[in-house]
Order: sequence, then structure tokens, then C-alpha cells
Amino acid sequence: MSTETNTNTIEEFANREYKYGFVTDIEADAAPRGLSEEIIRFISTKKAEPAWLLEWRLKAYGHWKTMAEPMWPNITHEPIDYQNMIYYSAPKRAPKTQSLSDVDPELLKTYTKLGISLGEQERLSGVAVDAVFDSVSVATTFKEKLSELGIVFCSFSEAVREHPDLVRKYLGSVVPPGDNFFAALNAAVFSDGSFCFIPKGVRCPMELSTYFRINAAETGQFERTLIVAEEGASVSYLEGCTAPMRDTNQLHAAVVELVALENARIKYSTVQNWYPGDKEGKGGIYNFVTKRGKCAGANSRISWTQVETGSAITWKYPSVLLIGDNSVGEFYSVAVTNNRQQADTGTKMIHIGRNTKSTIVSKGISAGHGQNSYRGLVEVKRNAVNARNFSQCDSLLLGDTCGAHTFPYIEVKNTSAIVEHEASTSKIGEDQIFYCRQRGLSTEDAVNMIVNGFCKEVFRELPMEFAVEAQKLLGVSLEGSVG
Amino acid sequence: MSLLEVKDLHAGVNGNEILTGISLSVEAGEVHAIMGPNGSGKSTLAGVLAGRESYVVTRGEVRYQGKDLLAMAPEERAREGLFLAFQYPVEIPGVSNMYFLKAALNAIRKHRGEDELDAIEFIALVKKRMAFVDIDESLLQRPVNEGFSGGEKKRNEIFQMAVLEPRLAILDETDSGLDIDALRIVAEGVNKLHAKDKAVVVVTHYQRLLNYIVPDVVHVLMDGRIVKSGGRELALKLEEKGYDWLRDEAGVAQAQEPARS
Repeated sequence: MSTETNTNTIEEFANREYKYGFVTDIEADAAPRGLSEEIIRFISTKKAEPAWLLEWRLKAYGHWKTMAEPMWPNITHEPIDYQNMIYYSAPKRAPKTQSLSDVDPELLKTYTKLGISLGEQERLSGVAVDAVFDSVSVATTFKEKLSELGIVFCSFSEAVREHPDLVRKYLGSVVPPGDNFFAALNAAVFSDGSFCFIPKGVRCPMELSTYFRINAAETGQFERTLIVAEEGASVSYLEGCTAPMRDTNQLHAAVVELVALENARIKYSTVQNWYPGDKEGKGGIYNFVTKRGKCAGANSRISWTQVETGSAITWKYPSVLLIGDNSVGEFYSVAVTNNRQQADTGTKMIHIGRNTKSTIVSKGISAGHGQNSYRGLVEVKRNAVNARNFSQCDSLLLGDTCGAHTFPYIEVKNTSAIVEHEASTSKIGEDQIFYCRQRGLSTEDAVNMIVNGFCKEVFRELPMEFAVEAQKLLGVSLEGSVG
Repeated sequence: MSLLEVKDLHAGVNGNEILTGISLSVEAGEVHAIMGPNGSGKSTLAGVLAGRESYVVTRGEVRYQGKDLLAMAPEERAREGLFLAFQYPVEIPGVSNMYFLKAALNAIRKHRGEDELDAIEFIALVKKRMAFVDIDESLLQRPVNEGFSGGEKKRNEIFQMAVLEPRLAILDETDSGLDIDALRIVAEGVNKLHAKDKAVVVVTHYQRLLNYIVPDVVHVLMDGRIVKSGGRELALKLEEKGYDWLRDEAGVAQAQEPARS
């Protein structure tokens, strides 16, 4: 196929519109622009927080002021003006009880439009949802049913009110407030998020899920998620995100902390579809996220699966601290960059305990002028006897104006470790497409088939419904992208 | 009306003319062999007929079932029953052979206005067709051509042909890389699939495949055009004497650098 055809079809792909880009017209209660101790006190007061949490925030803020934005990621963007941003925005009629009947109908409509109905009928689907709209959680479903098992699944604010001891015990225990620039910023101003606690021996009977939606303009979103699985507990957690189309960039700096005690399992899946900006790279979400899990107990297991198709810039490295003996960490990732999107993403697997194992499977897909970097660290500490790691990083290029980069870091301090790294870069070949077409498939079906085949190892880690969703999303993000 | 009618076809790549005026017609029920030395344009002809877009047709016309073949996209040609068995079958990692073939068959059935087959119907069909090429069932679950041996890839092409049941099959050097047993199995498969309403065009460098797939007509291609056509005996003569005598006869320049095979 000629280069010209190639480019044309790529453009078709790129021209696909972002279908979640609408704005909900709803009255918001917002903080004034800028960041200061005063703003942090404002947020804390709004949320009627205990003094210890305000202290915690202020300390983080103090720390943040001494830090600088990291310059090492393989991304470029205009400087972010942290004083020209709004740090708190909430729908005015925010419900107090988080029961669906109290939720503003406009909000419910928004979620229905997004394909996430919070209403009764969806109760049949067996997924409990916490919906976060701008800075606050607006609804959590299935709460009563879960609480019968002792499972706590609620907004972060509610957790602070109802379960302060748990929050205080685990907050910042995996990602300390001063961990990095964006984590410190989050710790200072985080507004809401999800909290999930699975008590000893309980296997959570349904998928838990948080759906994040940014609505207000010029507002940053800073949510915090904390998931604790006690001894022998297990949970599968899903996270989805969208935002309206706006031609200014919006900052999303979230923190996710996972704690798995002995024999516990946490599976965390993300389908991230924040607004990626337009074809010229105008607008879109800056997604600077710190996600980390701690396999604190022996035989614990934490697994991250992510499908990243949105955001103008993605900067995130879901990581696992393998502290407990025989603990297992996994990272499965598909990251797509199309048009002017940039992604610098990967993982850190820190082997500390004995016989710890980690698996990394990263699939980067670049199209248009997208730049996709894998950055990963595998670290084996001195006492991590018999650590095992397998890493596989594959890049797929669609067209010839995009880029794929790999930055693997391996630090091994114990000689019994076995660390394997495989990497490949391939271009969707015109040969592959022609082969499919010669068998009767359209170019579009051929590309979808090839890309889905490329991502198969990651998709099969996703819960069933999510896998279907992810495949569709990939189709939409890349449709027409290659000829 | 011929099934395939090629008239004065000129085609090339990057401004280099490779096919310099090919005319031939293939009737339903016939088997044609296209032979010729390396670089004579055999694979280019196969590629042009299948619609490979890197080739540019500069003159001539091709009618298939009475329609303008060159105006059709590659997938339309496929759906209309034109099948190319690739010289180098392509690997598609992560996509199972079965899934791929089911999608292909259903695209073709849909085009014909037939119901798409569901998984159970499809498997029943596959079981029947597997016998044609004695293909190992495990290959069907593996990703398309990935990690297949050369022989397995070729056999898989004929297996696909058995499932898709094309009206016009073009076999591009299907014999290359096959040992004698595999060659026989592949040839027998092609023979079993052959029918009165179907035609086969076998592109080959060597005569040996033609011991198994007996052609009605043999064409010799040199420097982008057909320099001689004849019956099966022509292939035997080529095996015995090589191509040089034809070169002299046709007045084709020798030792010309092959443009592209």
C-alpha cells in the first residue's frame, strides 16, 4: 500500500471524535483561584475535616513548596501555572447521604450518558460504583449489601468521617505525602476519592468501581483512592475516567494507594479515557498520577492492569512494593497515543522480601504524532533472595510520524535474582493489512484485529465487561489509523 | 465470458515497469500455470490481480466475472471469490487462526447475502475442510502463521482456500519451501477443491508442482510479458531445457537484472 494511503487512513483514525466531551450544566461551589495555606484550610473546612487531616495537608503543602516539577519524563508541555487553577469544585446540590434518590437528576443524566447508570436497573450488573464528579463523590451504589460483609466502600470524605482510625492508619502509608511533586500536591489539596476496606478473610463478591468525571473548567482534579485488603481478603477494583472537551489543559493529579496484608489479593484495573485534546494538541487532560501498591504480607498479590487511551499527557507508574515473602506484583498495560498525545508510563517493581515475583507486560501503541515512552524500574534489594522478574515491552507504530521509546532500569543487589527483559518494536505492516484484506476484511477491521491481537495479553487480564469496553475504546481511539 | 480476462496489462512499482503487456484469459474449470525465471514478473502479476496497492497499473484492463477488477478494492475482490495463496504468508500475532478465518468467511458470506456462520457452524465446517490438507488441529488455535514452519504456512494457505472456496485461486509459488510429501498433500488439496465453475492459476518457478496439479494451459513469462503459451508438454520441455532457448526464440535480452520477482 502506498504511503499516501497510509497517511490518509491514519488521518481518518485521528478524526474520530471524542464522544464524552459534553459539559454538564450544573451549579458549582468552587474555591477561588490559586493555591495557598488559606485554600487548603478552605477545602478542609468545606469537608469538615478533623484537625489531624488539616495538619497532614499543611505539612504536605510545606513539602511541596520546596519541590520542583520533575523534568525527567520524556514529555513536553507549556509550564503549568499552579496559581491560576481552581483546586476545589463541587456540584452545589451535593447530596449528604450519597443515596441515589438525593442525587441531582442532572448528575444522574450525566452518568447515564456516559453509559454508567447509577440507577436501579444497573444493580443487576453486579458492579458497585462510586461516582466522583469534579471534586466530590456523588453516589456510591451497593453500600448496604457490602457492609453486611464488613466491606467498607464509600467516598474518601465519608471514610474520614465514619472510619477515621482506618484512614489515619493507612493514609500515606504507601505513597507518603512528600513522595514526589504531584503526590505532595495531591496530599495538600485532595478533595475526594474512594475508600475501600475488605476485612480479614472476606472475598469481595462483586467488582468495585470508581468512575471519575471532570466537569468544571479550569479546575484540577485531585482525588485519592485507598484500598486495604486485610489478611486473606480479595478484591477486584475498576476505575474509569472521562472529561469534557475544553481547549485549555486541565490537571489531574491523583494518588492511589493499595495495601495487601498476608494472603490478600488486590486487582486494580483502569480504563483511562480522559479528553486527549484535539488533533493539533489543544486542550486535554494532564494526567500526573501516582499509583502504588504495597504487598505488606506474605503471599500477597497486587495486580495493575491499565488501558490508557486518553489524556494529552500521561505520567504514571503503577508500582508494587514486594515486602512480604512470596508476594507477587503484576503490571499489564496498554497505552495509546494518537495525534499529539504523549505518554511516559510504566511501572516500578521493588523486590524486598524473599521469593518475590513480578511480571511486567507493556504494550505501547503510537499513531499520528503520538509519543509513547515505557519507563520501568525493576529493583532487587539485598535481602530479596530468589527474586524473579519477567518484563516484556512491545511497541506498535502506526504510520511514520509517531514515536516509541523504552527506558528500562534494572537494579539488582542479590545474586540469586533472575530478571528477564524482552522488548520489541514493530510497525503495523502494509503486508499484514493487505493479507487481511485479501481474505475479505476491510482495512478498519484488519487494523482492529491486528491491534487487539497485539494487546491480547493485557486484555485477558481485564474483567470480562471491561475487556469488551477496552477493545471498543481502542477501536475508537485508533479507528482508521492505518492503511 | 471468461472468468478472468487480462488485456495488455502494464504495471510497475516506483515508475519501473515490470509487466510490459500481458494478455491472457482463464475459463471456468481450467487450471493455468504461469512459469518463468526469477524476476520475470510472476509475483507482480499475482499481486496486481489481488490488488496490492504498491503496484501501479499504467495500461490495460482486467475483467473478472465480467467486472472491472482493477476498480475493486482488495477486499472486494476477495469477497467476489478471488483468492491469493501468498508466497510469504503473513504473521498476525495474538489473532487466532480460527478467529481470523471466521471473520474472513463471514465477510465473504455477508457480501453474498448469506447468513454469517456462528461459532458452532463454523467449527463444523472447519472439521470437514481440515481433511483436505491434513492440517494439524493445534495450528488452528495458534496465532495466524506465527511460529509456523514454512510448510505449515503454505498448508495453512490451502486450508484457508478450502474454507473460503474461491472461484479463482491464484497460488503464488506455493511449492517453494515444501518438501515432496507436503507438496503432494497441498497439490491434492487443490485438486480436490477444483470444480467446473472454478479456476486455478498456479504461479511457479519449477515444473515439479505441475506433476501433481496438471495444468490445461502453461504460460511462460519473461521480462514482463508472456513469450509462449502451450499445453502441459511446454512445462516438461522447460524442465528439460531451461528458459534460455525461449529467450533466444523470443529475442529477450539475456542477463538482465531482475526487476522484482
